[in-house]
Amino acid sequence: MWEYEKRLQYPVNIKRPDAKAAKIIISQYGGPDGELGASLRYLSQRFAMPNDRVAGLLTDIGTEELAHLEIIGAILYQLTSDLTPEQIIKEGFDTYFVDHTLGVYPQAASGVPYTAAFMQSKGDPIADLVEDMAAEQKARVTYDNILNLVDDPDIIDPIRYLREREIVHFQRFGEALGMVRDDLNSKNYYAYNPAFKKQ
Amino acid sequence: MMKNGEGALMRRITEVSFALDELRLFLDTHPDCTEALNAFAIKEEKREQLLDEYARKYGGVEGYRPGTENGWEWNAAPMPWKKEANG
Repeated sequence: MWEYEKRLQYPVNIKRPDAKAAKIIISQYGGPDGELGASLRYLSQRFAMPNDRVAGLLTDIGTEELAHLEIIGAILYQLTSDLTPEQIIKEGFDTYFVDHTLGVYPQAASGVPYTAAFMQSKGDPIADLVEDMAAEQKARVTYDNILNLVDDPDIIDPIRYLREREIVHFQRFGEALGMVRDDLNSKNYYAYNPAFKKQ
Repeated sequence: MMKNGEGALMRRITEVSFALDELRLFLDTHPDCTEALNAFAIKEEKREQLLDEYARKYGGVEGYRPGTENGWEWNAAPMPWKKEANG
């Protein structure tokens, strides 16, 4: 279970409304490499993870991703809450506004709604952890791309923080992969899924 | 708006909590690292002190410790994504 803490993991204090930035950053809310997909991926994969320490790591990183989802939501909210109708039209936010007004909705920057098809829970610890490492790199690249497209220091600051967390998570998942490898008998390493023992 | 000193205290809670978030993940894959374990214990104690002080002055941060001395204040202050809670 979870206990809510009434605070952001990293502060968000954006002074200038910016619909163009919101249209891009929303991809890290509900896009293919976004924080919603990250949290659901790890929190789903952990059930079939045979190594207890790695199942705990998936829980802890999945929990942190929920805090990151909240940070992205805060960025989107603060970027859009004071927009005028003129800004909404001029900055191309009208196509979002017509469906969601200023509500925060999980979708990619392209408009594709969040789908679990963005992620996998394969039930095999090697396959899942390798996917997790790739996912962290893909999210890191998305943050790099956002940093190339925005120039407001109030946006850049929390985005840089989130980018750095992807790198740390990648490192931890790499270590977890090593722990799972150590668990496996090297003789039948590629022949057997330790989460499905039919031998 | 935040009350006097509230922002500074919340910043210290954010900092010490982040140290714990980072140490927690590190210990998940380095459970035998005594240096990290000791650092966790120190930061854990510090966080408890700061959360107690914050709860006393401005209200509870944790869902299981919202504080009931002044009535139900848990959902009275602005939520953390509001600008007023980050200024």
